[in-house]
Amino acid sequence: MSTSETTTAPGDIRPRLRWGVPAYVLLVLAAMAIAIVVPKTGYVLNISLQATTYAIAVLGLTIVLGLCGQINLAQAAFFGLGAYAVGLGQTHYGVNFWVCLLIGTCVAAGFGALLGASTLRLGGHYLAMVTISFQQIVTLVLINWIPVTNGPDGVRAIPRPGFLSDGSIYLAFCIAALGTLGFLVWHLRDTRLGRAMRAVRDNELAAGVAGIDVYRTKVTAFALSAILGGIGGGLFAGGFSYVSPDQFSFAESVVFLTMVLLGGVASPIGAVIGTGLLILIPEWLRFLKSIPGLYLAIYGAAVILIVVFMPDGIWGYLRGLLDRFKRAVLPTRTSAALQLSGGGQGSETVLEVRGLSKHFGGLKAVDEVDLTIRRGGVHALIGPNGSGKTTTLNVLSGLYKATAGSIVLNGQDITGLPPHARTRAGLGRTFQNIRLWRSMTALENVMVGAERPGSPAGNDPAALAERARAALAFVELEDRADEVVSSFSYGHQRAVEIARALAGDPVLLLLDEPGAGLNSSEKVELRDLLKRISARGLTILIIDHDMTLVSEVAQHITVLNFGRRIADGYSADVLKHPDVIAAYLGTGPDAAA
Amino acid sequence: MDLVLQLLFTGIGIGSVYALVALGFVLIFRATNVVNFAQGEFSMVAAFLMVVFSVKIGLPYWMAFVVALIGMAGLGAVFNLAVYYPLRHRTYLPVIISTIGASIFMANTTLAIHGPEPEVLSGWFDTPGFMLGPVYFDNQYVLIIVVTALLVALQYWFFEHTLLGKKLQATSQDKEMASLLGIPVAVMIMITFIYSAVIGGIAGILVAPVLFVSIGMGATIALKAFAATIIGGFGDVTGAIIGGLALGVIETFGAAYISVPYKDGFAFLVLIAFLIFRPQGIFGERVAEKA
Repeated sequence: MSTSETTTAPGDIRPRLRWGVPAYVLLVLAAMAIAIVVPKTGYVLNISLQATTYAIAVLGLTIVLGLCGQINLAQAAFFGLGAYAVGLGQTHYGVNFWVCLLIGTCVAAGFGALLGASTLRLGGHYLAMVTISFQQIVTLVLINWIPVTNGPDGVRAIPRPGFLSDGSIYLAFCIAALGTLGFLVWHLRDTRLGRAMRAVRDNELAAGVAGIDVYRTKVTAFALSAILGGIGGGLFAGGFSYVSPDQFSFAESVVFLTMVLLGGVASPIGAVIGTGLLILIPEWLRFLKSIPGLYLAIYGAAVILIVVFMPDGIWGYLRGLLDRFKRAVLPTRTSAALQLSGGGQGSETVLEVRGLSKHFGGLKAVDEVDLTIRRGGVHALIGPNGSGKTTTLNVLSGLYKATAGSIVLNGQDITGLPPHARTRAGLGRTFQNIRLWRSMTALENVMVGAERPGSPAGNDPAALAERARAALAFVELEDRADEVVSSFSYGHQRAVEIARALAGDPVLLLLDEPGAGLNSSEKVELRDLLKRISARGLTILIIDHDMTLVSEVAQHITVLNFGRRIADGYSADVLKHPDVIAAYLGTGPDAAA
Repeated sequence: MDLVLQLLFTGIGIGSVYALVALGFVLIFRATNVVNFAQGEFSMVAAFLMVVFSVKIGLPYWMAFVVALIGMAGLGAVFNLAVYYPLRHRTYLPVIISTIGASIFMANTTLAIHGPEPEVLSGWFDTPGFMLGPVYFDNQYVLIIVVTALLVALQYWFFEHTLLGKKLQATSQDKEMASLLGIPVAVMIMITFIYSAVIGGIAGILVAPVLFVSIGMGATIALKAFAATIIGGFGDVTGAIIGGLALGVIETFGAAYISVPYKDGFAFLVLIAFLIFRPQGIFGERVAEKA
């Protein structure tokens, strides 16, 4: 994670207080000063060290679970990798503390990326199990690979760097590390990567189609999470000078998970609150530890209670209270009009589809369909239910692999590309059942669209926000830019989805039944919107059942039935074609006449 | 060759236990679309109940078995109400986390009540086993295999040939449609949890004489049963059984020929290999999300 990514746009999504950053720096400095100045017993020092280093590892879960929505039940393993690197590296091999910390972090990052790589084809439950398996394997190796790890005895007498040898100064150093890393994680949310992660969390399919490399995003999230685990573990080993396998068991991974859930998974503040509480509370309730198991039993029950009654954690709950006092901020308006290039002045044909087939087992959902879409104008793909329209669109945008045939977009063969690469090539689309990222604001949704690789806004955050606002203004929703989209009406959600696709300045816009579920006045608005888009030179391929809408906006129509193309040509001609009338209205014995 | 046969027998025996627990996983998964990470604890709790009723209280073996299973049915019901039901309208992630919490809670409550010492539970039979040709047949393993086969057959008959079984199938395939047709979905899910707890319990009681009865037995069995479901193909009953047997055999041979301390690691390695190279398992076919 480079710091250049963490720069934020003017007119950022969350209006931030000007004194926020200096106050934060002061807070961290004050905590460091207290750590150094205030005299404390060894017990208090240990508790503080544990809380600080654990919190760093829990920050990792804020990224992977909170931002990216991927479960990681192996954070203790990454913590352990960092701790053992610092322990073994110094005591067995005489390597410098910092080098050990770096090695441990790199090893953790490597394994984290590997675990993330398993998300290529797996999600949810599988991922939970893969991470548990990894955790168990690490524990088994730590216990059984005695010549290297010392086995169950662990590693003793782990030194610290000379200038940090005093416990209080070491604690202050750990607090500084926590403060810095927490700051970075806080800012990660509103970076390009952070938005990509949240998009993957909210709706993976839409993320891919919007141009996000879903797989790479998840691998990155896992690697970052593991890095934080490794750093936390390394500092932990330096702080306690003794590590053993049972400190990094599956039970500890669950403890990490509970910490992040209790505090609130959405924010690094939640991570710190959760860690602090779950280290302090058990210490206050030490008497519970006299009965083995009781303490963890309460932990387990607490996990269920938190999930059921406090889904957003303590910080999420507090934020909800604070938000009531937040003043409404008028969204900044943009004067810029949305620029749509329509892919520039290329050849006359935007999309050339030849012999496209998609078979599901024996079912030929799409069967050798040819489709030529000319630059400019609106092309409609119609047909009765089950005729293969949406399947065609899904094959075009890469959600399904074509069984046969070729797709050439703007002169580039995209037949074998994954969805995000097709978007890079210039495809934009909307979905029949709206797929927005429901926990994000309208502006954030559209910004992700504007971040399409190759879009005119480039990498400049200010330009991205500007373009996203322009796209929202284009669909007349600029005033609601900073609202979370889940509160929008159906018609407005449709409009945001179209704005998201437009913000990426696509070469071809695919609209999957944009009129479905809209009332008559919303349909009129949609028709006008489509005409305005078309007037700017962007080519549209639209699927819809509403023949009034189709005949009003489309110049060309292709008709599918039972997966085959039955007609193609100018709208007026196609709609008079007897096969088309038969497919739509049915045909009697004498209807052919 | 004799050793191979012997290992094969042992592997199938232990694999049958994984298969039984895997069945519990699959049934709950099909009914609720969530994986119950506390499935293994059902086996552990049942084994401890068996120890209490049979060894401590001194009930006859069969009676202790029945009482323990009644206890498991109750536990399954409570589990459903406390761990799954409040979260039924949320995504899978909170439910996973909740079942993990339940797993920790059950294991550690047992630890707090009982203490950390493992217990020994004797088997059903007084005689240890018999020789048939070169292979020694341990009676308990024979029992495990026979009971597993019977339960699988019973379950097949139940789901395919009874009205209740059909209703449960309908619930697992489409809850909304099932409820529109008048099937009480909440009751069906309750039955599924109770049944899963009971077969998990049977697995635990059967395997208890082979292993020690310990707090950790649930977690170990659950992980392997889960690996079995993935190897077989997720959500597929036949797959869970084949996967369980395969895993038992792989593990037994791995321990004999490669390494004993890493015996528990083989399951995870096989699991990860399957996840990477054939995530849909031997039988399964996962349907992609519809756009």
